[in-house]
Amino acid sequence: MKTDLDVVTPSIPEEILLRMEAKGISRRDFIKFCTATTAALALPISMLPKVAQAVEDNRPPVIWAEYQSCSGDSEAFLRGNQPTAGEIILDLISLEYADVIMAAAGHQAEENKLQAMEKYKGQYILIVEGSIPTGADGAYCTIGGHSAMEDCKKLVQNAAATICVGTCATFGGIPAAAPNPTNAVSVSSLVPGATIVNLPGCPVNAENLTATIVHFLTFGKLPAVDRLGRPKFAYGKRIHDNCERRGHFDAGQYAESFGDPGHRQGHCLYKLGCKGPETFHNCPTVRYNEGISWPVMAGHGCIGCSEPGFWDTMSPFYRRLPKVPGFGIEDTADKIGIGLAAATALAFGIHGVASCFRKGDAMEEDKVVKED
Amino acid sequence: MLRIYYVWEWPVRITHWINVFSMFMLSITGFYIGSPFMTAPDSSMYIMGWMRFLHFTFAYLFTVSVAARILWMFIGNHHASWRAFFPWLTVEGRKNFIKMFRYYTFTGKRISYEVGHNPVAATAYLGIFALFIFQIVSGFAMYGQFAPGGFWDSILGGLNVLVGNQWMRMLHHGVMWLLIGFIINHVYSGWLMDIKERNGTMSGIFSGYRYIEPEDL
Repeated sequence: MKTDLDVVTPSIPEEILLRMEAKGISRRDFIKFCTATTAALALPISMLPKVAQAVEDNRPPVIWAEYQSCSGDSEAFLRGNQPTAGEIILDLISLEYADVIMAAAGHQAEENKLQAMEKYKGQYILIVEGSIPTGADGAYCTIGGHSAMEDCKKLVQNAAATICVGTCATFGGIPAAAPNPTNAVSVSSLVPGATIVNLPGCPVNAENLTATIVHFLTFGKLPAVDRLGRPKFAYGKRIHDNCERRGHFDAGQYAESFGDPGHRQGHCLYKLGCKGPETFHNCPTVRYNEGISWPVMAGHGCIGCSEPGFWDTMSPFYRRLPKVPGFGIEDTADKIGIGLAAATALAFGIHGVASCFRKGDAMEEDKVVKED
Repeated sequence: MLRIYYVWEWPVRITHWINVFSMFMLSITGFYIGSPFMTAPDSSMYIMGWMRFLHFTFAYLFTVSVAARILWMFIGNHHASWRAFFPWLTVEGRKNFIKMFRYYTFTGKRISYEVGHNPVAATAYLGIFALFIFQIVSGFAMYGQFAPGGFWDSILGGLNVLVGNQWMRMLHHGVMWLLIGFIINHVYSGWLMDIKERNGTMSGIFSGYRYIEPEDL
């Protein structure tokens, strides 16, 4: 009979670890990286050797393109997490082009990008950061004399797979927020039907990006996604359902304002407008900055940054519901509702008084018998 | 001679009162879920948990009740029939609709004398059924978010993407207020017709009977 004791924890082959050490990556860091990534992908631990193998074998060419963005996703990735996943992955991939960190500049850089695209046609992984403005024929964002629209389309069409990082590239994000002056769009709306995976977040969580790349290296395909093209391993659960403050939510204990006794005791931030119940992301389990913290842990509600149209629909950030269009900023849906109910009651009240004074409109007048 | 008509069959009355009770409970618990008006003094309590439990339980009850009533539209008598909710499809219905509307706006003297719903009321109920279905669909679409890939998420989850997560909540909230507005109107009109028609409008929804003078129809 098989028992738990029979399960042998698979280990990474010694040769791989030695070769990694020769490259300057300590075995401890490499084991931690592979284990954490396997866990992030929700894969069984028996997959560990396969993941390590895939990470070692492949050195895929990667092009990191950046359009209307703040470079926040590049920053999040480079500022790294676990034994600098950024570092490990930068050793493991062949980064052909990345605006933020490449040494080349100007025409030379553009030349490199074009060469890489031609050389690795249909093989490279494209990472896109930032939205693409389509207004004024794309004049709002140009790279080396070409519009972002043109550049992005070409890169996506020649890539093996495209990973959109951050909410701008996935859903348009802040540049696409109303009134969207540059008519910014996401990569998937610019190039519909392309092989794209969306990793929204403001910024993207570096762990999820690393895990997506490793998934692609291990299985040769992008991870399973939800309706919005987001990998299920990272966006398959609601923040609210994994939140460490959930107990206080169910109990009915809420922070009413920042710094009040409830807030100081770590009560639920629901009444401060936390959008955890509306947002799908693995923030509560993976967290940010080497797993140190995440917004709700730090005492601020979630602002729903990984959901489509978050800037327009998740705001006001300190209220539960969005602003009702056509009404003042202070009018909540409930104030308007109470007004509606009161107006209805008043109107029918007046109607009722008037109807009481109405004569001769009642039915069956001839059959009414007045009792003494 | 006055006669007693059996108008509202028992499934009509039962679903009516289940809807009333469910809407009352759903509004209170729903309002709490939207803006918690009670704070628990200690962690051993389970206020939001119970509110959500009740909300989901009454949501299922309400759904079954509305579904049963819709089913009865194809089984029950002609007052309960789906046809009763489209009065303006007939010439007489259109005529009575105008007559009733003029009475309400003080421009006409007479009420259109009906055994079942008057055409204005029937039209309102058609809209109310649409709002009921909207609340059920939007409610279960949001409820399904706790289990992506589950039953409710599989059949209704796409709506959250289409409408937007936050707008769905806003609309669900807004329609609650529309329904509260409707209830105020509904109770008022029932009261007014009870006084003016003198045929048992109010008691009819308890007993099912109305007192009709066939000669006046």
